[in-house]
Amino acid sequence: MSHQVRGRLKRAEQRAALGFISPWLVGFLMFTIGPIIASIYLSFTNYDALTAPKFIGLDNYKVMFFKDPSVWKSLSNTFYMLIGIPISLAISLILALALNHDIRGIRTYRTLLYLPSIVPTVANSILWLWILQPQFGLLNSTLAMLHIRGPMWLGDPAWAKPALILMSLWGVGPNIIIYLAGLKNIPSEFYDAAIVDGAVGWNLFRHITFPLLTPTIFYTLVVGVINTLQTFTQAFIMTGGGPVESTYFYMLHLYNNAFAFFKMGYASALAWFLCIIIAIFTYLQFKVASYWVYY
Amino acid sequence: MKYYSGSRVLKNLKFILLHIFLIFTSIVASFPIVWLISTSLKPDTQIFTFPPTLIPRPIRWDNYSRMISYLPFFRFMWNTVYITVLGLIGNVISSSMAAYAFARLEWKFRDTLFAILLGTIMLPPQVTMIPVYIIFSKIGWVNTLRPLWVPAFFGNAFYIFLLRQFFLTVPRDLEEAAKIDGCSFLRIYWQILLPVIKPALATIAIFSFISHWNNFLGPLIYINDVDKMPISLGLRLFQQSYGGEWSLMMAASTLATIPIIVVFFLFQKQFIEGIVMTGMKG
Repeated sequence: MSHQVRGRLKRAEQRAALGFISPWLVGFLMFTIGPIIASIYLSFTNYDALTAPKFIGLDNYKVMFFKDPSVWKSLSNTFYMLIGIPISLAISLILALALNHDIRGIRTYRTLLYLPSIVPTVANSILWLWILQPQFGLLNSTLAMLHIRGPMWLGDPAWAKPALILMSLWGVGPNIIIYLAGLKNIPSEFYDAAIVDGAVGWNLFRHITFPLLTPTIFYTLVVGVINTLQTFTQAFIMTGGGPVESTYFYMLHLYNNAFAFFKMGYASALAWFLCIIIAIFTYLQFKVASYWVYY
Repeated sequence: MKYYSGSRVLKNLKFILLHIFLIFTSIVASFPIVWLISTSLKPDTQIFTFPPTLIPRPIRWDNYSRMISYLPFFRFMWNTVYITVLGLIGNVISSSMAAYAFARLEWKFRDTLFAILLGTIMLPPQVTMIPVYIIFSKIGWVNTLRPLWVPAFFGNAFYIFLLRQFFLTVPRDLEEAAKIDGCSFLRIYWQILLPVIKPALATIAIFSFISHWNNFLGPLIYINDVDKMPISLGLRLFQQSYGGEWSLMMAASTLATIPIIVVFFLFQKQFIEGIVMTGMKG
C-alpha cells in the first residue's frame, strides 16, 4: 500500500472515530465536565437559580462545617445505615452458598429469592409502609401472634433506621447472583486437593471458599458502601426524614437545600463534601483490602 | 460445591435440610410481593385484620378500576414507557457507537479519553445534578420529559466501558474481510459488529430499561405537572394524596410492578448474565 493511501486511510479512520465518539464527547463536555467545573464554582456562591450567582468565598463551607447542625445529623444518620451492609452481605453469601447446588427446583428457588429486588423502589416503599404500620401492619401483627409487642417502627426515632435496614434486606438478590458467579469461578481442583488431604465441610469453606471469594466480596462491599452513602428515595417517600430527623439522610439534606430552599450554591458545596466522603471511604477500603483480600 | 463426607444417611439428611432451608427462605423472600397482591384485592375492612388474612373475602377486583378513576394511571404508565423506550434506544445506540470507536478504531487521544471515561464512572451523580438542572432550566426543558431521556443519547460511561470490553473479544476476521471489500466503518459497525454483539446489547438494554423505569429523583426534580409524571412520581403523588386508601395504593403499586416482572421473566437469562458481567444492580 502506498504512503499516500495509508495516510488517507488513517485520516478516514480518524474522522470516522470522531463521528462515532461525538455523542459521548459532546455529552461528556455538556453533562460532565462543564457541570463539574460549574458546581465547584457554585459552591463558592449564593445562587437561587433566578438571579445571578453571588460570590461569597468560603462561606458555604464555613456554614456547612460549623453552623449547620443538620449536616452532621444527616451524616451520622447516613453512616448508621452502613450497619446494614455486613448483615446484607452475610445473608447474600449464605443464600448463594445454599443456591450453589444442583438440586431439583434450584432455578425456582433462585428466581423466588431474586424477585423481591426487582420491585420498583416507590412501589416497594409503599408496600413496606403497610407492612411496617405500627398498629395493624403485617410485621407487628405477625409478631403479636408470637406474643411479641412490636415497636412503632417508622414512628419511633429509635426504630426508624433499623426498619429501613430491615426493608433493604429483601434486596439481596443481585448480590446473591454475583456471589454465585464468584463461587462458580473457584476451580474444583482446589476442593479435590483439599478433600484428598482430609478436609471437611467447614474447613473447606474457611480455607478455600471464603478466601477465593474475597475479591467478589470486596467488590460488593465497595459498591454497597457507595450506594448506602447515597440513600434517598425510601426515606423521602416513607418518612420525609422523620421522625425527629432520625431518617434525615445526607442526600435528603442536599435535595432540600437545592430544590426546596433553592440554595443551589450551598447544595453544591454539600454535594462536593459527599463526593469527598465517598472517595475517602473507597480509598480506605482499598488500603485495607491487602489484609484480607486474596488475589 | 459441597462435598459430603460420611455415610449415606448423613448425605440425605443434609439434602433434606437444604431443601427446608431454601423453601423457608423463598417463602420469606416472596411474602412481601404476595401480600402486595393480596392487599390490593382486599376490601378496605380487611386491610388491617388481626390475625392477618392472606386471601381476601370477597376478592375486590374493582380496587383496580377505582384506583384508575382516582388518578391518571395510564397516563403515568405511558409517560414511563415513553421515557424508558427512548432512553433505552438512546443508550444502546450512543454507547455502542462510542464503544466501537474505543475498541476497534485507531485514533489520536483514544487511550487518554478512555481513561477519562473510566474516571467518570466513579463520579457520584450529585456533583453534576445541580448544574445539569440549571442547564435544562435555562433552555426551558424543566417540566418536560426531555431531561429524562435525551441524555441517554449522549452515551453512558458504564455501558460504553462494558460494550468496549465486549467488542474487544470479537475476532477480527469478519471486519478484516469487510475492509478488504471496501466496507466503510459505518457499515462495519452497523451490519457486522452490532449483530455479533447482540447479547451484550440486550444486557445494556435491560439495565437501561430498569434504570429509566425506576428513576425517581430525575422526575422528582424536573416534573411538576401531573399529566407529565411517570409512574414513580405518580405513585408518590398518589401516596401523598390518598395515603389512607391502602387497597388502592397496593393496586397501583402492583400495576407498577407487573411490567418489570414480565420483562424479568422474558429476559431472565440476559438479566442474570448482565449482573454477573457487570456486577451492576440496575
